[in-house]
Amino acid sequence: MGVTILAISTDSRFSHKIWQEEELSKMVEGGVPFPLLSDAGGRVGSIYGVYDEDAGVDIRGRFLIDPDFNIRAMEVMTPEVGRNVMELIRQVKAFQHVRTTGEVTPAGWQPGKATLKPGPDLAGKVWKVWKPDQAF
Amino acid sequence: MSDKPEGCVKPTQGPILGAIVDLESGPEIQKEVSMVQARVGKPAPDFELSAFIGGGFKNIKLSDYKGKWIVICFYPGDFTFV
Repeated sequence: MGVTILAISTDSRFSHKIWQEEELSKMVEGGVPFPLLSDAGGRVGSIYGVYDEDAGVDIRGRFLIDPDFNIRAMEVMTPEVGRNVMELIRQVKAFQHVRTTGEVTPAGWQPGKATLKPGPDLAGKVWKVWKPDQAF
Repeated sequence: MSDKPEGCVKPTQGPILGAIVDLESGPEIQKEVSMVQARVGKPAPDFELSAFIGGGFKNIKLSDYKGKWIVICFYPGDFTFV
């Protein structure tokens, strides 16, 4: 997959250092293998639509960016529910598949499952090649 | 990416507005900064922030990773629970 991860919160870089050393390194050997960025004041969170002015923090938001520097997917949640990493991985694989093949991936697609080839011949005929139970 | 001696504060560019903003328009710039620019299918808003990485501090610019698949994860705070 070859994906670069950047984690961002409004904490200072010093806080990031201590969090990595005191807690994260006890969950992941050697600490998490990606940089922790400091968005003081939520300046960047504001343009990504994730800065909560009342709480003064960037809420949970995830953005997938392709090699052309375009945003392909985003997910923004209030903080009390954590992310689904498997869904992120699925989306990365799907967007990479689309980019290399030109095919499109129907609902619930996983690697190995059927893809669709858009074109005039497929219009109105999706029911022949794809069934809703394949979404699960 | 500057590697000046480490101080108590390290200014960064934050959001980098690039071609989206007409620099001639002056006060309009502040208005643009407060607007959400992130949309699917559109270019990712660029930024530069200070970071902790691999045991040290450095400034990181999103566009330094142009050409790769990138995932940005915002999270509410260090030492929070989820």
